Amino acid sequence: MTQAIEIAHLNYQYPDTPRPALRDVSLSVASGEWVAIIGHNGSGKSTLAKNINGLLAPGSGTVTVGGELLTEESVWDIRAKVGIVFQNPDNQFVGATVADDVAFGLENRGMPRPEMIKRVDSALAAVNMTEFATREPARLSGGQKQRVAIAGIVAQTPDIIILDEATSMLDPAGRQEILSLIRELRAARPLTVVSITHDIDEAALADRIVLLNDGEIVETGTPAEIFRHGEELIDLGLDVPYAGRLKAALAQRGVAVPAAYLDAEGLVDYLWTLHSTM
Amino acid sequence: MNKLIIGRYLPGNSWVHQLDPRTKLLASFYFIAIVFMANTWLSYLVMFAGVMVMIAASRIRIGFFLRGVRPMIWLILFTVGLQIFFTTGGHVYWQWGWLHVTHYGLINGAYIFCRFVLIIFVSTLLTLTTQPLSLADAVESLLRPLRYLHVPVTELALVLQIALRFVPTLMDQTTKIMNAQRARGVDFGTGGLFQQMKAVVPLLIPLFVDSFGIAEDLATAMDARGYRGGDGRSKFRVLAYHSRDWVAGGSMIVLTALLLLTRR
Repeated sequence: MTQAIEIAHLNYQYPDTPRPALRDVSLSVASGEWVAIIGHNGSGKSTLAKNINGLLAPGSGTVTVGGELLTEESVWDIRAKVGIVFQNPDNQFVGATVADDVAFGLENRGMPRPEMIKRVDSALAAVNMTEFATREPARLSGGQKQRVAIAGIVAQTPDIIILDEATSMLDPAGRQEILSLIRELRAARPLTVVSITHDIDEAALADRIVLLNDGEIVETGTPAEIFRHGEELIDLGLDVPYAGRLKAALAQRGVAVPAAYLDAEGLVDYLWTLHSTM
Repeated sequence: MNKLIIGRYLPGNSWVHQLDPRTKLLASFYFIAIVFMANTWLSYLVMFAGVMVMIAASRIRIGFFLRGVRPMIWLILFTVGLQIFFTTGGHVYWQWGWLHVTHYGLINGAYIFCRFVLIIFVSTLLTLTTQPLSLADAVESLLRPLRYLHVPVTELALVLQIALRFVPTLMDQTTKIMNAQRARGVDFGTGGLFQQMKAVVPLLIPLFVDSFGIAEDLATAMDARGYRGGDGRSKFRVLAYHSRDWVAGGSMIVLTALLLLTRR
């Protein structure tokens, strides 16, 4: 399988800071994979995202996206391949209306208008926002604004979508809305997803989790492997999902629970099976 | 806070609403210019008839236009007063020291009053029937020739568009900060003028800081979506003249002809 993103020995330090934000980060993401990057505040998650599409220029090391090395010349090509949904739904809405905002990225690429109209329509349909095309952002909910942001990216038909804490400012319903939308989009066409998140439930949806601490990759593994470290995750400033905490509490009281990670539903299934055999 | 929103666009589907914003903008400016050519009762009557036809075509109640005059009423009365008391000539009706009310003074005062009302009606019609965004588009389109003089018209238009887009966002932010400061005991809208001005400071500073945060986020988002200046961008929203725009232009010519016939 081809690699969507290939990062080798990446270092990055913000100007006027004593410590580097990223230290010798190497990571490859396969095409079509969903990777979650987790870590506490200041662990370098967002810095990593900004290095992938050249919003920040790597201090040393290389970033290759879709086989193309990130350089000053290729940066615009790469930005067309990588869409980022940012944290604040309001502060990334450029257009005066929903349709205008979706078209913004296409206008930047100088796309002819008839093609643009087609793309905007189909992108809005893909995120179920067609009826809101002429609405102003002030009249949308946070979840709807993030859906528009995703439509703006879908319209550019990128290979990779980065969710930079895109659900952190939404209410639980909005969060679910966005995550199920991402799953739908992935079902429709191959899309590599890199989600940067605090939310363990969001991370649990990924194929693979990368744990970042103080700018270094501490560990990579499937959600089940990562969540097995209960206590250590808390030490790294992360919250273990509720199901994980419950499992640890049960284990402490002498109830036999499986070592692998279970989501809430899995744990409920396990518990009632356990109970009915007793 | 809602009163602060720029313009007071009334959504509608009338003939005037459907005109190209460029036509409306140019026609409004043109009308305001020719108002100053009217100098007889009959010519003012022609102009009023013209405005009434436009208002009828917009299907907006006259009350909205009268309400547009209200905030200006003191300015109007002051100007009319100056005209009445300081214009000399004709029969003197009343005199007290250097103040006098004359025949010409009264007529000039009435003309000035009509001019104000006409201008306010037309500009109100423009803002009631045109979205601020369309007006921004119209300005961009009309100023496009300035690009040859290296004026960054497309960039300025984007700045204007983003400014309009963020008016409601900043308004929300203001309400939020006001509530937060109220919860901490700041009293808005009471006390003397100085007290009220002081109360605005803890509102303005966080708002100012916030806007810089927003600007930075927005710039990052625009960068990530491949924005690299106005050159080479295509446009999603385009303006197009239709037959009704020619009708509107023709009507302006007819109005001008009638005005020239009726003025002295």
